[in-house]
Amino acid sequence: MNDRASEIVKFDNVGLRYGTDPEVLSDLSFTLFPGSFYFLTGASGAGKTSLLKLLYLAQRPSRGAIRMFGKDIITLPRGRLPDFRRRLGVVFQDFRLVEHLSAFDNVALPLRLAGAREVDVIKPVSDMLDWVGLSHRAQAHPATMSGGEQQRVAIARAVIARPRMLIADEPTGNVDPEMALKLLRLFEALNNRVGTTVVVATHDVHLLKKVPDSLIMRLNKGRLSDPTGALRFPPRSSSVASAEPPL
Amino acid sequence: MTELPTAEARLPADDGATVSLRGSVASGLLPQTRFGGPIPWVIAILIALVVVAAAGGLALRNLAENARADLSDAVTVQIVEANAGLRKDQAEAAAQALAGQPLVTSVRIVPEAELTELLEPWFGANAASEDLPVPALIDVQLSRRASAAEIDRLQTLLEDAAPGARVDAQSEWLRPVYEALAALQYLALALIALVAFATAAAVWLAARSAFANHRDTVEIIHLLGGTDRQVTGIFQRSVVRDAAFGAVVGLLLGLGAVWLLGQQFESLDSGMIAGGGLDWQDWLVIGAIPLAGIALALITGRITIALALRRML
Repeated sequence: MNDRASEIVKFDNVGLRYGTDPEVLSDLSFTLFPGSFYFLTGASGAGKTSLLKLLYLAQRPSRGAIRMFGKDIITLPRGRLPDFRRRLGVVFQDFRLVEHLSAFDNVALPLRLAGAREVDVIKPVSDMLDWVGLSHRAQAHPATMSGGEQQRVAIARAVIARPRMLIADEPTGNVDPEMALKLLRLFEALNNRVGTTVVVATHDVHLLKKVPDSLIMRLNKGRLSDPTGALRFPPRSSSVASAEPPL
Repeated sequence: MTELPTAEARLPADDGATVSLRGSVASGLLPQTRFGGPIPWVIAILIALVVVAAAGGLALRNLAENARADLSDAVTVQIVEANAGLRKDQAEAAAQALAGQPLVTSVRIVPEAELTELLEPWFGANAASEDLPVPALIDVQLSRRASAAEIDRLQTLLEDAAPGARVDAQSEWLRPVYEALAALQYLALALIALVAFATAAAVWLAARSAFANHRDTVEIIHLLGGTDRQVTGIFQRSVVRDAAFGAVVGLLLGLGAVWLLGQQFESLDSGMIAGGGLDWQDWLVIGAIPLAGIALALITGRITIALALRRML
């Protein structure tokens, strides 16, 4: 299962530095497999967001090799990157909603960019907004929404096109515990029913215990530790959350 | 909320093809990209200048061509002889000699009354006086513009028949006028080129500014899988809208200025200037200026945005 065809992402000795600063990520080598659920943990400044930027193709590494969906991302011409980005769903830490678009139009954006016809956009977007409990706020603009509402819009936008990999940076950071659990169940449903690979970066240790079959990647000062061994081997159905030491 | 919605958008096949965003979607993504207030007006002023310069250049070209058509295929023969009888005989002999030449299509001895009338503004009633010998003039029309060698041959031909004859090619004494007109035309062309450059520079600055203002949105569109072509298309709509507004206003301003100038020159009632009118082809050229301006803005905007996007991942 861990052959090249089945892997979604493979990092090989990847390092990242910004400008001439020291490396924020060093010697990252791991593989992500389809249909798995990963938590990325680590203290503030450990490099979680930088690693996610590499995953959602907002940044190229300073060294090393990255394969994604079977292609070498490093040598890929930038004109081909949109094809790969459309297979990803991203929940940004700061949401990154388009301020002058309504919640509906923000959620519809990935579909429209992918060329969906308007008649094919309305129902899925309406259903998705209903799913995240925001159907009554469909025409609201981000500036008029609470942090939690914006976060849910961002999540709806990330999953609307049924991505092959969902990357979420602190997706429960602005919502109450009840909503956090609901959002996590949403990711699980996407993972279980659609087979989407999910990578969730979080500080919240309690969250890790909520997804029994999840695998944990832990970053410490830009280096990855692999407490479950999950990154080197095919994901197994094992409860790793309980084995994770408190952060 | 844990059950995924069943409705799933049908997406085109993932074949790497770029789809263009529909107009309303594209324009909604960047509602503030009107390039600020002044840019359409700057384009309007620049287009108006081009219209005036082009109309002036075309009028000068017509004026020069009409004058050349009237004068370049003609020569004037002067018989400079103080004795009136002799002068008349020489004029008739010269006309007879010229009429036999294949290059010559018509020969006309200008009547003395006509000469007197021509000179009257300068010499008054004395122009007809016997005391003021006036050369006889022969107006010779040629089948085409004569070369310098052909003019020399005509001069040689007349040496026996009319020793006092002097052949003047009218195109020669008009040469400085033609050269001045040509210089003015080049000046108009240079002005048009400069204004086109200024238009491109204005659009370039405006597009860069608009791109900088909306960089966050562009990044989001990129990260959601938007292509450079889609982003360029969004900005292009703003460029075309502003340029079209500026072009139409500029055309109207320019046409107004051309009409006013035309009225001024018409009141001069000069025969030469009357040849400088604009025909329908010229008006077509002037009408194409706004379209050229929009095309120039479109190309400049596209290149500017494409270059800015190239610096992003």
